[in-house]
Order: sequence, then structure tokens, then C-alpha cells
Amino acid sequence: MTPVLAVEELSVRRADGHELVRGVSFTLGPGERLGLIGESGSGKSLTALAVMGLLPAGMTAGGSVLLGGTQVVGAPGRRLDRVRGRTASVVFQEPLTALDPLMRVGRQIAGPIRRRRGLRGPALRAAVLAALSEVRLPERVARAYPHEISGGQRQRVAIAMALACEPEVLIADEPTTALDVTVQAEVLALLDGLIAGRDMALLFIGHDLAVVAGVADRVVVLKDGSVVESGRTRDIVREPRHPYTRSLVDSAWALEGELDRLAP
Amino acid sequence: MRGRPTFVIGCVLVAVVFVVALGSLIWLPYDPADTSGGRLVPPGGAHLLGTDKLGRDLLTQLMVGARIALTVGVGSVLLGGALGVAGGLLAGFATRWLDDLLSAALDILIAFPTLLLAMLVVAAREASLGSAVLAIGLAMSGIVARLTRVLVKRVLAQDYITAARTSGASWPRVVAEHVLPNIWPTLLVNLALQLGLAVLAEAALSYLGLGPPPPNASWGRLLQEAQATVLTAPTGAIAPGVLLVVLVVGVNLVADGFRDLADPTRRRSR
Repeated sequence: MTPVLAVEELSVRRADGHELVRGVSFTLGPGERLGLIGESGSGKSLTALAVMGLLPAGMTAGGSVLLGGTQVVGAPGRRLDRVRGRTASVVFQEPLTALDPLMRVGRQIAGPIRRRRGLRGPALRAAVLAALSEVRLPERVARAYPHEISGGQRQRVAIAMALACEPEVLIADEPTTALDVTVQAEVLALLDGLIAGRDMALLFIGHDLAVVAGVADRVVVLKDGSVVESGRTRDIVREPRHPYTRSLVDSAWALEGELDRLAP
Repeated sequence: MRGRPTFVIGCVLVAVVFVVALGSLIWLPYDPADTSGGRLVPPGGAHLLGTDKLGRDLLTQLMVGARIALTVGVGSVLLGGALGVAGGLLAGFATRWLDDLLSAALDILIAFPTLLLAMLVVAAREASLGSAVLAIGLAMSGIVARLTRVLVKRVLAQDYITAARTSGASWPRVVAEHVLPNIWPTLLVNLALQLGLAVLAEAALSYLGLGPPPPNASWGRLLQEAQATVLTAPTGAIAPGVLLVVLVVGVNLVADGFRDLADPTRRRSR
């Protein structure tokens, strides 16, 4: 099977030459789920942006990123416009800033649907309502502005927008970090179900091992911009080889243990 | 509109000046150059607000002045707004060096005193309505451009721009759907405030004799002419002053109202 996403020796440099991401490689086959884990500043989000060809101004990517067969590194913007949204789309960490504050939610969801499927008028309206019901949101949300709905609802809207593109890969950049723990579980379960139903590949970025382990079959552990360990999630949780991975696993267990101690 | 008394008051104040200005096109009590009324006639009788030291009817002068004030105000906002928004969008999207270049140019333009700029324009052309619009519009464009640039940069850094890009929206579409709607409310409020400032700037220019020359009766020139006789015939100084305040306060109140109307996050909170 040809991978939908193949990253090889990816590097990201700042304008002053400082390397923020070094030699990151991984592949993602159709329907596969890969977790990208690391602390803040480890280069997780930059890796995701580099995959989409959307690095902040002044940063340059090196190496190779093949997204659905298209080389992203060094590609001109026009060619990337066709790849973005068709092959891959992104759910961001902070749902409030990921939605346009001055546009009603329905119109924001309609944008990618119109671009991807070419729907207009009543058909487009119906598709928007269908997309809302898929993420378990009531119809009235379509008429609301982002500040009028809750954080969990906003993230569902962002997920609906990303899925409306019907991408082959969904990139989720810490999609639940900004949410309450209870809402987090709901959104994760929702994301899990929606992706399974579509046979979509998932690149899940996070800093919380417990969360990443819950959705990803394989994980890549990043530290200071390089890969320190990668493999099947189960193997890594059971037998972490790198000291950093071990500390991640240990602290996840420590939290668990604290709960066990309080409620035996 | 309900629950926004200040916006309504602002609209009324601006409307009064607008009606007076439009009315001056159709009907004037006297010819603006008519000096037959006798010098410094007190208010009342044939001359509702009296006459000035040359015997011209003050009400006539004020009505013509309203037209001049609004023409210069609206004209310079159109000119300064068009130049400023275009320049600001360019700088906002520009790469490093072009942005630096434009920003430096804008800083110099803003640092340049409006009156000095106006003198240069008047010296290069002539003291006329067009020169006043050009000078005030140019000075304004720097401020508008710098604001637009900051607003564009701030919007471009938002996740929803990246989100729109990741879902395959092209740059022109992102600008039309996300950037312009998000900078528009702030820009509109600022342009309305600039209209008030432009009216004041025109009065200042005319006061210094750099504005449109007679028979264009500018409020600023009326104030200057009434200065010598302010103790004997105070109406000549008070009336144009009151009209200036009415227009500028009205415009500022309308600007505040615009801000509330254009921003849905504020619309609900009232």
C-alpha cells in the first residue's frame, strides 16, 4: 500500500539558521493512526504545519514530505492549494481562534463543503446540517457565532469543518488540550468514531501520553526537534527504551497511581 | 437601534449639518457675497444671526460653510481611506523588506505635521477646496495605512486563517471572506473618527488662510474673521464654533455606534 503521508528527514529552520526540527521521518498508510508526542517546544506542531506547507513566515522546511503523492517541501502555493483540504486537513488546538469570530458557524462549515463537493443553495444547506448532526450538534448552532457556543461545541465545529473536506489524512494538533477533561473524552470518542467510519488516516499530535495512546496505534516520540523513539503504542507504553519516553510513561502511571491511592 | 441613545443622538447631529449643507444648494437667505446688510448687524429681523464686519449675512455664510466642511471631510476620508487601506493591505501582506520600507515611509508621513504638509500642497498648487482635500487626505492615509497594516497582520496570525488555508481556500478567497470582514469594523470606526478630525483640520487650515478662499465661507475662516469683534459681536464667533462642535461630536458618536453594530460579539452584550 502506498502511504498517504511519507515524511523523510524533515527539518525546519528559522531564518537565523537555527534548526527547530531535525531528521524527522515517519509514514502513514491509508486508515492508519499515528501519534506524535512530545513536550511543548519539541516541534510537534511545526511538523504538522510543515506537512501542510504552512510554516510561519521566515521558517523553511528541508527533507521530503510526500502528501498524497505531492512533494510539499518547496512546492509553489498554487499546487498546495489543491492538495490542502483534499488530501489532508487540520483540527487545531484552540477552537476559539480556529473559527472566524465574525462569521456564523454554518457559513464556516459551508466553505470547505462548497470547495470540495461543489454544492450550492439548498443542497449546501442540507450538507451543512448533516455535518453538524454528525458531530452531534443541534441545527441552531449553524446560525450562532463562535463566541455564542461552548468550547466543546466549537471544537466539534472545527472537526466538522476538517471532516467536510473529506481528506485522506486528518491532522489533529492537540485537539482536546484546551477542553475540560470530561468534554475531552467526548470529543476524543467522537473523533475516533468519525475517523473509523471513513477509513481516514489520522496524525494525532499531543503531549498527554494517556490521550495519545487512546487513539493512536503507533507513536513517534519527539524531544527537542528530533525523534527519540517510535513504534507500536503498546510496545512503547510497556517497554520504553529511551529515558525520555520512560519518564513520560512513568509520569502517566504516577497520575494513575494517585487516583488508585485515593479510590482503591 | 433601541438601547443606543448616543448613536441616535450622533445621527441626529450629523443629519442636521447634512440637511443644512444640502439646503444651501437649493436656497440661501442672501447671496454669500452680498454685503448690503450693513456691518455687524445684531441677530434678529432681516438677518437671523446678524451680519459680519463686511455686512454679509452670517446664516448664509454658515450654511455654505457646512457644505465646505462636509465636502472636505468626506472627500479627504475617501482619498485617505482608499490610499491608506490599499497601502496597509500591501504592507500587511508584504515580505520583510517591503514591509520595512513601507512602514518607514508611513512613519515619516505620520511624523510630518499636517499643517506643514498642507502648506506644501498649497504652495505647490493653490489655496482651494481640492488642495485642502488633498493635504488632509494624504496626512490621513498614513494613519489609516498603519492601522490597516497592524489589523491585517493580527488577523493573518489567527488560526482561522491557517484553518481556511489548510482546507484549501486560496489567498484571494481568504482575504475576501476572512481578512476584510475582520478588519472592517475597526477600520470603519477609525474612518468615521478621521472624518471628524478632517473637519477640524479644514477649520484649522482655513483659520490660517490656507483653506478654500472666499467666497467659499469655511467655518474656520468665519472664526478667524470674527476674532477681532468677538466682544462686540459674539454671535459671529459662537455660531461657527457651535456648528463645528455639533458636527464633530455627532460624527464621533456615530463612530461609536458603528463599532457596536459591526461587531457581533458586542451586539449581544448590550
